[in-house]
Amino acid sequence: MTTQKILLKLTVNGEARQALVHPMSRLLDVIREDFCLTGTKEGCGEGECGACSVILDGSLVNACLVPAIQAQGSTMRTVEGLAGVDLSPLQQAFLHHGGAQCGFCTPGMLVAGTYLLETDAVQDEDRAREGLSGNLCRCTGYVKIVDALLAAREGRP
Amino acid sequence: MRGQPSLCEVLTPLNLAEALALLAAHPEARPLAGGTDLMVPFAAGRLPDRLFLNLWDLEELRGIVVTDGEVTLGALTLFREIAAHPLLQREFPNLVRSAMVTGALAIQSRGSLGGNIANGSPAADTPPSLLAYGAELELTSLRGSRWVPYADFHTGYKRSLLAPDELITRIRLSRMGEGGFHYFRKVGTRQAQAIAKVSLAAWARVADGRIQDLRLALGSVAPMPIRAKGTERILQGQAIRNLPLDAALAALQADISPIDDLRSSAAFRRKVAGNLLVDMLRGLAPT
Ligand SMILES: Cc1cc2nc3c(=O)[nH]c(=O)nc-3n(C[C@H](O)[C@H](O)[C@H](O)COP(=O)(O)OP(=O)(O)OC[C@H]3O[C@@H](n4cnc5c(N)ncnc54)[C@H](O)[C@@H]3O)c2cc1C
Ligand code: FES
Ligand code: FES
Repeated sequence: MTTQKILLKLTVNGEARQALVHPMSRLLDVIREDFCLTGTKEGCGEGECGACSVILDGSLVNACLVPAIQAQGSTMRTVEGLAGVDLSPLQQAFLHHGGAQCGFCTPGMLVAGTYLLETDAVQDEDRAREGLSGNLCRCTGYVKIVDALLAAREGRP
Repeated sequence: MRGQPSLCEVLTPLNLAEALALLAAHPEARPLAGGTDLMVPFAAGRLPDRLFLNLWDLEELRGIVVTDGEVTLGALTLFREIAAHPLLQREFPNLVRSAMVTGALAIQSRGSLGGNIANGSPAADTPPSLLAYGAELELTSLRGSRWVPYADFHTGYKRSLLAPDELITRIRLSRMGEGGFHYFRKVGTRQAQAIAKVSLAAWARVADGRIQDLRLALGSVAPMPIRAKGTERILQGQAIRNLPLDAALAALQADISPIDDLRSSAAFRRKVAGNLLVDMLRGLAPT
């Protein structure tokens, strides 16, 4: 016997969206499967890697740890919402500095990095690294990612 | 196996009174705060619960209230809010530091103080600080509410005073003014998001060159977070220029009962706990 679904309504990247989901479904699955926004990745499914980072009501969260019901009525930004007509300055800096290799961590890095820039939490390299400590990358060794973040903060390529 | 959301129901009360009534009617419902502990075993199919009580919307459980004598934190206070609170930074720096080392930013944005306590992990980061500050907990059910010393709350591994129909509603700290001695240190595998192998928090007041008050607490060295009361007794009243270090270290070894597990060995934990005590006392009595 399955239980009742709920009508989940939220604003995703500026657009009103809704889906019929189980209340304990992971927000990550709702994003990927119901909203078909597959930029948000599943790395660990345990809150460790940050590949599923999204900005939910102004907070950086791991979508794999949020039950759908707790996102009811909220406003969410995913990696798909970061670029306008052009790539965002952070996205451009990732390109310029080679901040992506296999790219699996990149959506999470971009979302977390955007959050850090918007909350002015990237004063220096140490702060940048601390801010990104919940986002794991198995390829780059982080230097180029941190470089990109600092460059975007300083408004240089 | 994966979690099975299709078999689960969630009760979402809009206020505390409703939450307590639901919990009284369904004491088997598992409270769900930020989900940073629960969602991991849930998604892996390791959580037996099928009915949840969603606390996330309960405004009564949020907020930090400061009065002349006390600071009271709602159980849903998030680590991020603790870390950013100027008065807590000044008067309860151990709590702030322990909140700042609890996972990374995304965990601090969802993880709650009440969840950290209720989860009952011996390795949790805020409990030693709360013990060192002599915190009290408010436990509330439809039957009423009671304040208990946090030092009495954990009664064994993942066991506590919390009845099935009760929620942790608030956490209270007595303000002790500025100028006391505060020490918090967590030893883990790496800086970010590592679970503690050993952590130690202390608060002390020194007057006339002697330790007047001391509370010392540790994580990951017993089935639950503990006060090191034997060690406290040895050090209480002693002159800081002439502390009985050997006796204190021996008392500490009697206060703790670490085990071997995946993260570390009992012998290593005993060694590190002793080193942290020495480090703490060095800070208390700088030469
Ligand atoms: C990647 C990762 C890293 C982490 N790092 C750390 C760390 O470094 N240090 C650390 O201490 N913890 C860490 N945690 C664990 C977790 O984030 C904390 O324990 C957090 O405080 C849990 O709070 P929550 O609100 O998310 O609780 P939930 O997951 O919602 O609940 C946890 C438990 O508490 C119960 N509960 C919650 N609120 C109440 C209440 N008000 N009354 C009664 N019962 C209640 C729930 O039923 C459940 O049993 C980490 C978790 C993850 C996923
Ligand atoms: S998939 Fe969510 S943190 Fe790894
Ligand atoms: S680029 Fe491959 S994990 Fe980061």
